[in-house]
Amino acid sequence: MNKTKWNLLSVTLLAVGVILSSSTVVGARGKEKGYRYKHDQEIVKEINKFIRQGWEDNEVTPSKTAKDAAWLRRVYLDTVGHIPPLEVAESFLRDKDPDKRARIIDQLLEDDDYTHNWTTIWTNLLIGRQTPRRTSREGMQKFLREAFAKNRPWDDVVYDILVAKGRYDENGAVNYLLAQMTMRDEGVQATAKTTRLFLGVQVQCTQCHNHPFNDWKQNQFWEFNSFFRQARRVDHRKLDPETGRQVDDYSEIVVRNVEGPVFFEKRSGLMQVAYPKFFGKEVDTSDVEDRRVALAKSVVNDPEHHLAKAMVNRMWGHYFGFGFTKPVDDMGPHNPASHPELLDFLTEKFVESDYDLKMLIRWIANSEAYQLSSEFNSKNKIDDPASGELPLFSHAYIKSMEAEQLFDSLLIAANAAGMSKANYAESSRRRNRWLQQFVTTFGTDENDEATTFNGSIPQALMMMNGELVEAATDCKPGSLLHRVVQSDERETKKIQQIYLAALCRTPSGRDVTAVKKLFRVSRDPVTAYQDLYWALLNSNEFIFIR
Amino acid sequence: MMKKNPPGTMNRRHMMSHLAAGAAMTVPAYSFLNHVSANAAEIRRNEKACILIWLSGGPPTIDMWDLKPGSKNGGEFKPISTKGDLQISEHLPKIAQQMDSLSVIRSMSTREADHTRGRYYMHTAYVPNPTVIHPSFGSVVSYELGSKRKYLEIPSFVSVGGGAGSAGFLGMTHAPFVVDSNGNIRNVDRNSSRRDRLQQRLAMWNVIEDGFIKSGRGDLPKAHKDVYGKAVNLMTSSQMEAFQVSSEDPKTQEAYGNNNFGRGLLMARRLVETGVPFVEVNLGGWDLHNDVFNTLRDQKLPQLDQGIAALTQDLKDRGMLENTVIVCMGEFGRTPRINQNTGRDHWAASWSAMIGGGGLNGGIAVGETDKDGTAILGKSYLPGDIWATVCKALKIPLNIVHTSKRGRPMKIANGGTPIEELVG
Repeated sequence: MNKTKWNLLSVTLLAVGVILSSSTVVGARGKEKGYRYKHDQEIVKEINKFIRQGWEDNEVTPSKTAKDAAWLRRVYLDTVGHIPPLEVAESFLRDKDPDKRARIIDQLLEDDDYTHNWTTIWTNLLIGRQTPRRTSREGMQKFLREAFAKNRPWDDVVYDILVAKGRYDENGAVNYLLAQMTMRDEGVQATAKTTRLFLGVQVQCTQCHNHPFNDWKQNQFWEFNSFFRQARRVDHRKLDPETGRQVDDYSEIVVRNVEGPVFFEKRSGLMQVAYPKFFGKEVDTSDVEDRRVALAKSVVNDPEHHLAKAMVNRMWGHYFGFGFTKPVDDMGPHNPASHPELLDFLTEKFVESDYDLKMLIRWIANSEAYQLSSEFNSKNKIDDPASGELPLFSHAYIKSMEAEQLFDSLLIAANAAGMSKANYAESSRRRNRWLQQFVTTFGTDENDEATTFNGSIPQALMMMNGELVEAATDCKPGSLLHRVVQSDERETKKIQQIYLAALCRTPSGRDVTAVKKLFRVSRDPVTAYQDLYWALLNSNEFIFIR
Repeated sequence: MMKKNPPGTMNRRHMMSHLAAGAAMTVPAYSFLNHVSANAAEIRRNEKACILIWLSGGPPTIDMWDLKPGSKNGGEFKPISTKGDLQISEHLPKIAQQMDSLSVIRSMSTREADHTRGRYYMHTAYVPNPTVIHPSFGSVVSYELGSKRKYLEIPSFVSVGGGAGSAGFLGMTHAPFVVDSNGNIRNVDRNSSRRDRLQQRLAMWNVIEDGFIKSGRGDLPKAHKDVYGKAVNLMTSSQMEAFQVSSEDPKTQEAYGNNNFGRGLLMARRLVETGVPFVEVNLGGWDLHNDVFNTLRDQKLPQLDQGIAALTQDLKDRGMLENTVIVCMGEFGRTPRINQNTGRDHWAASWSAMIGGGGLNGGIAVGETDKDGTAILGKSYLPGDIWATVCKALKIPLNIVHTSKRGRPMKIANGGTPIEELVG
């Protein structure tokens, strides 16, 4: 075994240690009747009512409730970003408590991997998968980790990001703006990204012209833009005593003392002026040194709650695969929501909860729609948002794992129990290095990037021949496969466990026939188990969250 | 006498027939593993193909193809005469010598001046729309021509350097296959000694895969299987050799340029020779908001000049230029006005694209802009017109209508019209 593989395996084991340490939770608990919910069930009932209304109006019948194991896999991937460990799946299946779903949701929300998962998701959203030059990914992650671990109110988090200043290593929140200010573009990218990400509207095309599909005018972009007037990035350099050369030191965001409006050019060539306005409403900036403070205040005090609505839509989209609008960050009169009343209701409740992200997740994950199977039935075939229809949420929509979910899930699948705590930063760097094979950046002023982790051939090759699946199937001592294969259980049980570990289900009759054939043609049982596990991990059923 | 192959000796044909048999056992219609090619390395010079040279970031075409000497927008470069009936930038002298085979469309007007939207629009001929994802034109060609080339075991839409968009509603089997310019394809296990093992694994995999496809969860599970089929094909194909630019004559390599772009173009030629109908080669670094003239003169244009000139000559020498269309463009042009950072910003209203080969008329400039380059005089063209022109050259009928997943009819090239001066 070469060095790279050893390294990979050791990180594998380390990371699994962390995941397991907090996940073996289901078994031990009191026998008292009825679980005390941490959320208001009336809110969930209200969600169910709105969703049912959509079913009735469109004459669809919802799919049946998903089997426990399949649902467990889904809620794990959605909430903590990886498949459930075999032990958790087994004990969840044994568990007879009718409230076990609500209970596991609450447990997952307290899991370290909840923080890990949402830090990953928001780091990618805020600065991209490829870290722009002179931006600190670690700094951004540190800030987010704290926010998600403490479940800080979302409006507070966004406020801090919007007004952030200082060094990128000392105040991690500045990295959002640093990542948007890699070119001298007068805050254009910062404007576009901020409005999309936090407010759920896309004003970037109004940079150059009025919005083609609604009544947003070109000045709106520049009115938002003028809030970023005083924010400036400074890239410090220092002398390297060894080489005597100037090298990169830290970067920071500083507030510069400039006044006045922003000027922009109409298509006609006419110069126009824009003052700081929030969705067309004038904002008093006379008492702030940095207009971003005025923007942040407008965002958190917005009577229309764009911030809350954007988060509700994004979170719903995360759990269901489709938000109320597609894409989730392009709301507005040109793009009507599938369930406008529900969106408004959840927005209102989210604001009332003081922007409690975990509570929002409880409402969504406990809703009737989230419990459903992803199998269509004969009476909900039209509910197919993948073909462009508005979603009715009458069944779960399968979604392909993100690259990070796959990486973390394959670590679980490789699994070695009882390993020491992972070094978070190191395993995160490893994962990021692995991810780079899928990232293409365009090198433009917007730092936009594309991924080839999109179900195409390179991804299939990576699964078939790559190091991660190889590590999961090599059957080395300490690995999950080794543990199952070497145990005293009967062959049938071992095969069941392997299916449960990879797919969270037991083998069907057809599966069993195929497995028997595989064992017949294999030169030894270990090879057969390896090949079975390889086949399961490479299957569509594995890569899709169902 | 029946004799079992020891591990490592099973040949490709043998293996494929095994796989096909395994597959046939479960799903008769399942065919991806049974296409066997005895003569894979055959050179196919008469097949139609398109090479798209993608200048990512938006090239300042006013400094390349449509110079404005004497205008305040003219910048630092002078036009030079070419072998064709038009002038181009003095920093493209080698292309100038090939210009009898190539033409410039000087009247592109495309309205999208945002990178993402412009990239989408120029690749698909459709403006972005939240309810549907349109296929990049390479995927369209893959769908139309690639699917018919049964001998082809490698993807029929290859993107060297990435950024070629997606297959949209045509499905993942027509997605651009992204490689780097060194032809390194990660995770391709070409070790034939492991093929027995692969066969056993795939037989098992096939059962699980089909079970999920039949469970009624939409189209995605089937698409997953199709892509795996393509990947297996690729792993076992001798056509993979086409990606190995380093096995080309050193003199040829040198002619294309010892850089990623040159290698990318050379790979494109090799792929086209193997039968790949669409290759996109990405050359980034054109988002020149700052210091446009120095960057063009010292970096971008010399590379572009050498690469395109070498490609054109090479195709010509091999008798392939008549069947291979070359298109060179980016997501938009750049502002005629020079900004305070001696740069040019995004501009979609009036810009140029270069096109040639494939039997199209060479040596001409189609359309014109005014003396400052800010407006088009007379007829202007959309991306659909470029792609319709390419369709014409590739003999893809223009009355083809694809259907989106939602059942919406989508005209090929968005109903564009072939540009008369080029096809007439």
